[in-house]
Amino acid sequence: MAHDIGHHESNTAKIWRVFYILSIITIVEVAFGIWKPEFMNATFISMKWLNWFFIILTLVKAYYITWSFMHMEGETKGLRRAVVWTGIFLISYLIFILLTEGDYIYEVFKAGHKSWDF
Amino acid sequence: METTVANTGTEGETWGGGNQPLKVSYGKMMMWFFILSDALTFSGFLAAYGFSRFKFIDSWPIADEVFNHFPFLHGVDAPMYYVALMTFILIFSSVTMVLAVDAGHQMKQKKVILYMFLTIIGGAIFVGSQAWEWKNFIKGEYGAIETKGGQILQFVKADGHRVALKDIAIINTHKDRAQHERKNGLWYEDEGTLPTYTIDEIRAGFAKHTDLLVRTQILNEKGEKTILSREESLRRLNTDAIGIVEGANLKHNEYGTPLFANFFFFITGFHGFHVFSGVVINIIIFFNVIIGTYERRKNYEMVEKVGLYWHFVDLVWVFVFTFFYLV
Repeated sequence: MAHDIGHHESNTAKIWRVFYILSIITIVEVAFGIWKPEFMNATFISMKWLNWFFIILTLVKAYYITWSFMHMEGETKGLRRAVVWTGIFLISYLIFILLTEGDYIYEVFKAGHKSWDF
Repeated sequence: METTVANTGTEGETWGGGNQPLKVSYGKMMMWFFILSDALTFSGFLAAYGFSRFKFIDSWPIADEVFNHFPFLHGVDAPMYYVALMTFILIFSSVTMVLAVDAGHQMKQKKVILYMFLTIIGGAIFVGSQAWEWKNFIKGEYGAIETKGGQILQFVKADGHRVALKDIAIINTHKDRAQHERKNGLWYEDEGTLPTYTIDEIRAGFAKHTDLLVRTQILNEKGEKTILSREESLRRLNTDAIGIVEGANLKHNEYGTPLFANFFFFITGFHGFHVFSGVVINIIIFFNVIIGTYERRKNYEMVEKVGLYWHFVDLVWVFVFTFFYLV
């Protein structure tokens, strides 16, 4: 890209820093996955705290990959929003309807108290 | 083009296309929108996986019990270590990719070549590892029994340790059940591979080994699979069981609900296909770098574009790792 040829400074130090962050997060995830601490077994919105913890760490990793490796932080606000907001909105919606529906079918199979109207 | 488009005299003006609000080249912008649409495809798959998992929330297979192999450590229970290693390999190949992009910005051809090469190697190792994971998954380890209703019954000792079919079965040497092949009987009709043991051999062995119990798929409140009493085990085995399952395919698998295997094959397969095509595209760009295409072009934006794709593949893996192996 035209304006990229202009600057020649190297981002190597920053790249390695992000690599360490991603590695540490992965190690923490694996450690918790093996340890499975008791106190994280309590549920919050029909999921264990441990699972929420994993999902939040995953989103942190996704943020670093997108912002730093894919250089999203350097793009214009317009492109950033066009990609990120669209994705987050549609994916959240999709997850919400599918998981709600899955839970509903589980209840129907289990108890049969709900009517079969799916 | 110049013959078909009339000049309006507004070239370079805002309304003449002179305004580039996103300040990014066409190719890079389209790569971003491709990635967005691909991300929606993957999230569709993962959300469908979540749907099925919520539907069978109290009987879904436990990933730690399924993916517990590590190369050269036979029989050692090593949950997640190998996928964690695969994750590192992919993250590291992402790092070398971004280093290649960085070197490209500084027009250092030699460095771009080195880093692209390392990226390709990392991708190849990852695809190979995934193939190995598939092999273990398809082959299975212990084997199980399938019931009339399609449920999976596994065998354990009283202390909860799994027992393989081969340690249970009492082989009946007089069996006359032959596999039906295309060349005999009805023409051009054949059947799938016969299991190593018949259900009667397993029943006989189970009756003899009085310390064995049956484990169902139902998860108890501690998140462990329910183990039946000896009487209940015998009853399930003698009345409900209809067949043997060894390993996994799209219709049956010894780990639990068939959906688990279906999603595993489909999602990791689709991701593996992305890694494979990423490696192929990287190789093409790698050779372009070597022959100096981008030196002559005086910019390495093409490396940046394949870099975006490659990082996206890594991004997807981060989510697949979480939802298949951790959660």
